[in-house]
Amino acid sequence: MSSIVNYFKTVFGGLKTLVQGMGVTGYYFRNARKEIITQKYPDNRSTLKMYDMFRGVVVMPHDENNMHRCTGCSACEIACPNGSIEIIAPRVLDPETGRKKKVIDKHVYHYSMCTLCNLCIIACPTDAIIMDQTFEHAVYDRSLLTQVLNREGSKLNPEVKE
Amino acid sequence: MPEALVITIEWITMGTLAILFVALLGLSLVYGERKVAAWFQQRIGPNRVGPQGILQTVADITKLIMKEPLTAGRSDHFLYNLAPFIMMLAPFIVISMIPYAKGLHILDMDVGVFFVTAVSGVGVLGVLLSGWASNNKYSLIGAMRSGAQIVSYELSAGLAILTVIVLSGSLQFSEIIESQREGWWIFRGHIPVWIAFLVFLISGTAETNRGPFDLAEAESELTAGFHTEYSGIKFAFFFLAEYVNLFIIVSIAATVFLGGWMPFHIGGLDGFNAVMDYIPPIFWFLGKVTFLIILIMWFKWTFPRLRIDQILTLEWKYLLPISLVNLVLVAFITLMGWYF
Repeated sequence: MSSIVNYFKTVFGGLKTLVQGMGVTGYYFRNARKEIITQKYPDNRSTLKMYDMFRGVVVMPHDENNMHRCTGCSACEIACPNGSIEIIAPRVLDPETGRKKKVIDKHVYHYSMCTLCNLCIIACPTDAIIMDQTFEHAVYDRSLLTQVLNREGSKLNPEVKE
Repeated sequence: MPEALVITIEWITMGTLAILFVALLGLSLVYGERKVAAWFQQRIGPNRVGPQGILQTVADITKLIMKEPLTAGRSDHFLYNLAPFIMMLAPFIVISMIPYAKGLHILDMDVGVFFVTAVSGVGVLGVLLSGWASNNKYSLIGAMRSGAQIVSYELSAGLAILTVIVLSGSLQFSEIIESQREGWWIFRGHIPVWIAFLVFLISGTAETNRGPFDLAEAESELTAGFHTEYSGIKFAFFFLAEYVNLFIIVSIAATVFLGGWMPFHIGGLDGFNAVMDYIPPIFWFLGKVTFLIILIMWFKWTFPRLRIDQILTLEWKYLLPISLVNLVLVAFITLMGWYF
């Protein structure tokens, strides 16, 4: 007897859950005009607003005096799982203390290899690099994807403590 | 004119009309499906070609016609090229049986329902042939799944229609519709017809290989199932057949359960019935069909796909016993005259 009861329980339980599911999508269908989550991308380029979590490309922000916060410590290079970052930082003599010190020459970033995993941003002790939210990076030449992040003639911001 | 010429002209006219109707039906249904699917998923859907993307399917079909119709190298060429035509054959035959309005049908056989259920089974042959002839394991698995599925679900679909046959006492479509002058069977037949309608909707969805029963072409596992190897216009035939089959299943459901072109009548309320009669029958038919099509699309875009064992369990352990018991119930109710 209990097996027969169970049989009908499955039938009506199944129907109930199906109707519940149809209720959810039916709500979407009824409100199809109001609650559309797709954005018409190329049309709304001027008003396009990305979400905070979106990761587009690694950049190094510079302030108005052309100063960045990168000390050349290579923490990002070590953290990068696929070698997208190369730090070229020769040791030069510091005129104040008279000791040899790493100074960033080139922060080379291979965008073509980057998976945008965010590990370099987490690894950076001085918050020198951040994730930018731009995403239209298509180019015709692959070599254009290899970028030097620190600008020409930029200096380390003196506020940054090593 | 000699009679032979008259018949020939009639055949050619009917054939051309049927082809035109199927083509327009395919275009509009594919567009409707994409738009409805988008609304169910909070998307916009096609919106580039023409106003509201209304010419999207025209552009698609133009592209498909212009494409090179490839024949897979190691396939069985004859069967491979034959399968799309067999796929289209069944819908074309069945579409001539459907009554669109009073007297507006190509054929009105006295065993219409029986003929339709028999012929719509030919579609499975096209699926099996295409899967076998493609010489591709994905296609073969998809075709075998589809074969098992369609053959099983035809049983309960047939039994569900039989419920109404018992009530109306005729296999002829025009007489089934005429028997619903006082009210559609879904209202007059109460509980057994409700069960039969539900069973028919489920098994009809399964017969047309639509989601949630689309495991024959399960994109994520079998790429496209039986039509993996087809491209261009041959692929378009499979695609078209799916949508015409949907229309056929839905219009049979509308005819048998919802009164076909018969307006909504309540026995005794003459004024109300007269108002309802002002709406032309073709609009009643198309309205019911549209409602059911949206319902079936609702199923497809809500429910997750079933596994093959779940599909067969659903048919053989649930739908078939339920519809068998339901048939006995409706016979008893008809005998006692307990319907409205």
